[in-house]
Amino acid sequence: MAKEKFITLKSTAVPLPVENIDTDQIIPARFLKATTREGFGDNLFRDWRFDGENNPIKEFALNNEAYSGKILVAGKNFGCGSSREHAAWAIYDYGFRVVVSSFFADIFKNNALNNAVLPVVVSDKFLQTLLTTIQQNPKTEVTVDLLNQQISFDGKSEQFEINAYKKECLINGYDDIDYLLSLNKEIREFDLAH
Amino acid sequence: MSELKPKTIFEKIWDAHVVKRATGYPDALFIDRHYIHEVTSPQAFDGLRKRGIKVFNVNRTTATADHNVPTKDQHLPIKEALSRHQVETLRKNCKEFGVELYDLGHPFQGIVHIIGPELGLTLPGMTMVCGDSHTSTHGAFGSVAFGIGTSEVEQVLATQCILQYKPKTMKIEINGKLGKGVVSKDIILYIISKISASGATGFFVEYAGDAIRNLSMEARMTICNMSIEMGARGGLIAPDETTFNYIKGRRFAPQGEAFDKAVAQWKQLPSDAGAAYDVVLKYDAADIEPMITYGTNPGMGMKVTDRIPTVEELKELNEQASFKKSLDYMGLEAGSSLIGKAVDYVFIGSCTNARIEDLRLVASIVKGKKKADNVEVWVIPGSKQVEQQALKEGLNKVFEEAGFELRGPGCSACLGMNEDKVPPGKYCISTSNRNFEGRQGPKSRTFLASPLSAAAAAITGKVTDVRDLM
Ligand code: SF4
Repeated sequence: MAKEKFITLKSTAVPLPVENIDTDQIIPARFLKATTREGFGDNLFRDWRFDGENNPIKEFALNNEAYSGKILVAGKNFGCGSSREHAAWAIYDYGFRVVVSSFFADIFKNNALNNAVLPVVVSDKFLQTLLTTIQQNPKTEVTVDLLNQQISFDGKSEQFEINAYKKECLINGYDDIDYLLSLNKEIREFDLAH
Repeated sequence: MSELKPKTIFEKIWDAHVVKRATGYPDALFIDRHYIHEVTSPQAFDGLRKRGIKVFNVNRTTATADHNVPTKDQHLPIKEALSRHQVETLRKNCKEFGVELYDLGHPFQGIVHIIGPELGLTLPGMTMVCGDSHTSTHGAFGSVAFGIGTSEVEQVLATQCILQYKPKTMKIEINGKLGKGVVSKDIILYIISKISASGATGFFVEYAGDAIRNLSMEARMTICNMSIEMGARGGLIAPDETTFNYIKGRRFAPQGEAFDKAVAQWKQLPSDAGAAYDVVLKYDAADIEPMITYGTNPGMGMKVTDRIPTVEELKELNEQASFKKSLDYMGLEAGSSLIGKAVDYVFIGSCTNARIEDLRLVASIVKGKKKADNVEVWVIPGSKQVEQQALKEGLNKVFEEAGFELRGPGCSACLGMNEDKVPPGKYCISTSNRNFEGRQGPKSRTFLASPLSAAAAAITGKVTDVRDLM
């Protein structure tokens, strides 16, 4: 199904300097009972955002009024663990369109790309500078330019890699099924032969 | 590319399933077998409905209800409304689209990665996917099996294909003899502790070496199961006589002449001599001891007799904050030992360690003994068939006498989605695969270990070196 198109995004960002953030943190299993894709944003990082009595935990970045924006900046190995696509839905539903990290887990990366969330891989050094800069000045604007594969803030910038096919899908709002459906005849033949 | 180039088993299977390879595009990979369950499939079926298309080939998809099912009173309607709705949605979808479902109460129901192999649906040389990261389990049969997201579940339902880039290959070789009290769970926890929770990201792993060859199919499944915990796309083990003997006579496996023909083909699968891997790692089985995790990712593991590292011992400076956060969550001190640490719960279950052999391992330790008063012990068989077999062998009596609770099959406290949750702040020694924050219930604290180590803790009520009870 056609998705939102992504070209360039300029926004403030939310820092989450924790490593190995697994998808159980992004969306705990007890919130996976829904049978639709919507509404997961309310429970994004549920157990880091709210305490046992459902009161917001002030220190957590998403509850900190100083931080806002469509870009989440997180420590390395973001999205490891469970394959639940609900994690990508929650991030999208909450309003993020980009996650920046120095390393992403494979399945999460695919899930994000399939849901119009762009995972931007930067160097460790760039990541640390970006995190500190946002923490020091939450108003810092970060620009993510998909066309030129470049992320920049405060005059610093870095190129990022993205697979050419996925890039095209994001820019045009295509998804994989459209392509696979066009192979229907070849797939039928293959199925019969196996 | 020359046909003569030696290939790894992974490359053989992958290349044989590429329907279309076009420059600039990922491979369109044909999927032989697709497993689905109630949690990651409803939105995919919705997608089909919206597009007005059918399931491409219903014979290649099998469904079961496992993640979100109660483990008590499974014959009654599910009490919790949202869970009931999710399972009912699966029923409705399977009926509407004509997919075979092993529902609650069905003699084949169970955790998706346990039932596939035991029914003979999982076979060497296949490509397999499921909307669940532990699909890597099926690689134990010499197949390419990996977890996918729901959008991809929709792709596979709609087209029997998935768009994927071919991952890099890694070979992990373990040679030598395993010591007393060391089982396959310790092997994999050891490997992950060496290469970290992200050490194999981007790779498909092949496990090899005589220590792997000497393992049973069930033990091999435990290893492949946890490949994802080091970030790997999947893990596999070349098929051999052990594999063929396990498959022979299983419900949906080829029978008679067809079986012999299949075996002849499966024998062609193992990696060719001289096949190249992007990375090769080697370990000595003799170095492995009973393992336990102390932190909040499966890479944070150690020998049960070791001490938790100190902050200063960490290699990477920017890992220190996450490390401290993790120990804080666990309520543990850097540099301390875990031996003797009291536990509150023991969970024996999950697709990692809830096969009949795992229950036998547990029984071998607890037979004639009683659990400690301070622990609650749950034994959750991986499937209805495992449950039946346990009854047949009288393992239920061993567990009953020990004061363990034997429940019905499902994922249970592995992911804390149904009622089976470890309460906040409590410690659970678990045979499952993830020790993430809150994985077994909000604020729960998990120590991952083997069925033997979990059994030992059940008896003593604390973290124990199982070798002391053997
Ligand atoms: S047992 Fe645990 S890891 Fe295995 S499929 Fe169920 S939830 Fe996932």
